[in-house]
Amino acid sequence: MHNLEKKPRIAVHKFSSCDGCQLAFLNLGGDLLELTRRVEIMHFLEAGLDAPEAEVDIAFVEGSLSTQDEIERIRKVRESSRYLITIGACATAGGLQALRNLDNQHEQWRDAIYAKPEFIKTLNHARPIADEVRVDFELWGCPINSRQLLAAINSLLFGVPPIDDRDKVCLECKRQQRVCVMVTEDKPCLGPVTRTGCGALCPSFGRDCYGCYGPADNPNTASLSKRFAGLGLLPQAIARRFLLINSAAPAFHDAGLIARSGVSGDDSDD
Amino acid sequence: METPGFLPMARLQTLIDTLIDDGFRCVAPQVRDGAILYDTLDKVKQLPKGVTQEQSNGRYRLHQTDSTRNFAWANGPQAIKPLTFAPREELWYSEVKSDGSLKFYQAPTETEPVAILGVRACDLAALALQDQHFQHSFPDPYYDARRKRLLLIAVHCTHPAETCFCASTGDGPEARSGYDLSLYETDLGYFVTAGSLAGEMLLHRLPLEAGDAALFAAARGETGAAADAQQRQLPEGDLQAMLFGNLNHPQWQAVAERCLSCGNCTQVCPTCFCHSENSVPSISGQSTAHERQWDSCFSPGHSYIHGITLRKDTASRYRQWLTHKFGSWHEQYGRSGCVGCGRCISWCPVGIDPTEELAVICKDSAGDSA
Repeated sequence: MHNLEKKPRIAVHKFSSCDGCQLAFLNLGGDLLELTRRVEIMHFLEAGLDAPEAEVDIAFVEGSLSTQDEIERIRKVRESSRYLITIGACATAGGLQALRNLDNQHEQWRDAIYAKPEFIKTLNHARPIADEVRVDFELWGCPINSRQLLAAINSLLFGVPPIDDRDKVCLECKRQQRVCVMVTEDKPCLGPVTRTGCGALCPSFGRDCYGCYGPADNPNTASLSKRFAGLGLLPQAIARRFLLINSAAPAFHDAGLIARSGVSGDDSDD
Repeated sequence: METPGFLPMARLQTLIDTLIDDGFRCVAPQVRDGAILYDTLDKVKQLPKGVTQEQSNGRYRLHQTDSTRNFAWANGPQAIKPLTFAPREELWYSEVKSDGSLKFYQAPTETEPVAILGVRACDLAALALQDQHFQHSFPDPYYDARRKRLLLIAVHCTHPAETCFCASTGDGPEARSGYDLSLYETDLGYFVTAGSLAGEMLLHRLPLEAGDAALFAAARGETGAAADAQQRQLPEGDLQAMLFGNLNHPQWQAVAERCLSCGNCTQVCPTCFCHSENSVPSISGQSTAHERQWDSCFSPGHSYIHGITLRKDTASRYRQWLTHKFGSWHEQYGRSGCVGCGRCISWCPVGIDPTEELAVICKDSAGDSA
């Protein structure tokens, strides 16, 4: 890890996404002003800065690769950036758009949804950024939050690699002394296989985690699926738990397909 | 045992009022989000009156009954641990001074006096183990300050859960030591005994009546019955020798197929003390806080050394948890690290029961170590 220049330059690029992760910057409020004392923001369309070609020290990339144009664009971003950090589920694992990868009916969906499908130029599969270019660090989440973002920026500004926290949501849920919704209410919580970072947000409001931070270290999706079946979930319902925000992340993808095949323990059918 | 003084049910509020008058924040069990949690309380009516519970592998449910009792349940997910060993706390912070030098400060520690009403025998035993770790083996000023502010009022347990096995570990259901005051609950009120000088002084200020010997005998009998009712137990014999003699037992792999490696067992365990530390720099780059948070032997960071996570798979992590808790703990602290509260069984999302795993792993060597 190299030390960055005196006032490092950053860019925030958007690909196929809802713009929600970029809000992690804008939601910083006063801290955003503080941040601009330490870094120079070169490109950030959502904040009104338009210089996509600028050479930067850190490029934050939101969104998946969904069009041919985006594939060309990400290569240019990579070339003009010292570090490239993906922000959010779309950039890191394909996001919701990657649901279209699952049934191989890209054209049928496109034609059914859009009034003028001939203007839509999308790839059959939505892909994570790392499929195309080297990614230096990934921030998971749908959306990411300002805490994660600041931690990553701060680490880089201090010249150390950001901490890659792959612990499960459960650890944070217990630190916050939340009552387990699976044990007390039979809710099919994905916390035991999902990466921490959200602050155990859903269980804090009495609902089950739906895995928006993607797979944690060492996720035992087979055992959790079996438990969900024990709670009364049918195979299709179990599959939908895994095939949602991060359906293209390998651990969730495989678990979803296994559940969908209805035969726990078999290899996935892809 | 001489018959202790009796506090009628209707006068329990006097105890709480006395504690509050003495400057304590009174913390007691209350129903929160479908479980019994410890929280600040000032009125008796906030207690879980008539609440009973049902616990089994990976399952916890509360039920309302018309019982007049406030402590007709075994335990919730918390022990005393969050009040002494905080789930997350700042240890120190540093600032860059105008001359460019760094200045370090110790973070302030909570010292507000806290009285806990309704402590269980298992949790007192666990507290004694944490005291050994944080006050003796590795003196910790943060734990020490929180620990010294506590006044502990035990209520002997008469309603063990299906998951409880404190009788087998020798830590309950009747609390034997570690409390300032103890209560034996009956339908009509409480027999009150003191376990410390502070408890003795508090006891003398309560409006106690002369206790009825037969009623007290019945009350104590209930704790005996609570022990007899427990179904689970630890294997007999030298667990340390048996566990370390079975490091390659196929059961480690078998349990790893079910284990989620989520760490819930270690987080609800009242004796687990592992933690990680990390820096939380401010956005200005001019100051940084250093935090400590609960960690678990099931996390990848727990065995991370010099770029390598030593225990990558769940089998090795589960083995670490069991061989430490029931094995090498003996060497460190002179006893097993398990107090039989059964929380690891109830709060495991997939219902793994360490007493069953131990029974399988230790079965083959039970003869050698007897």
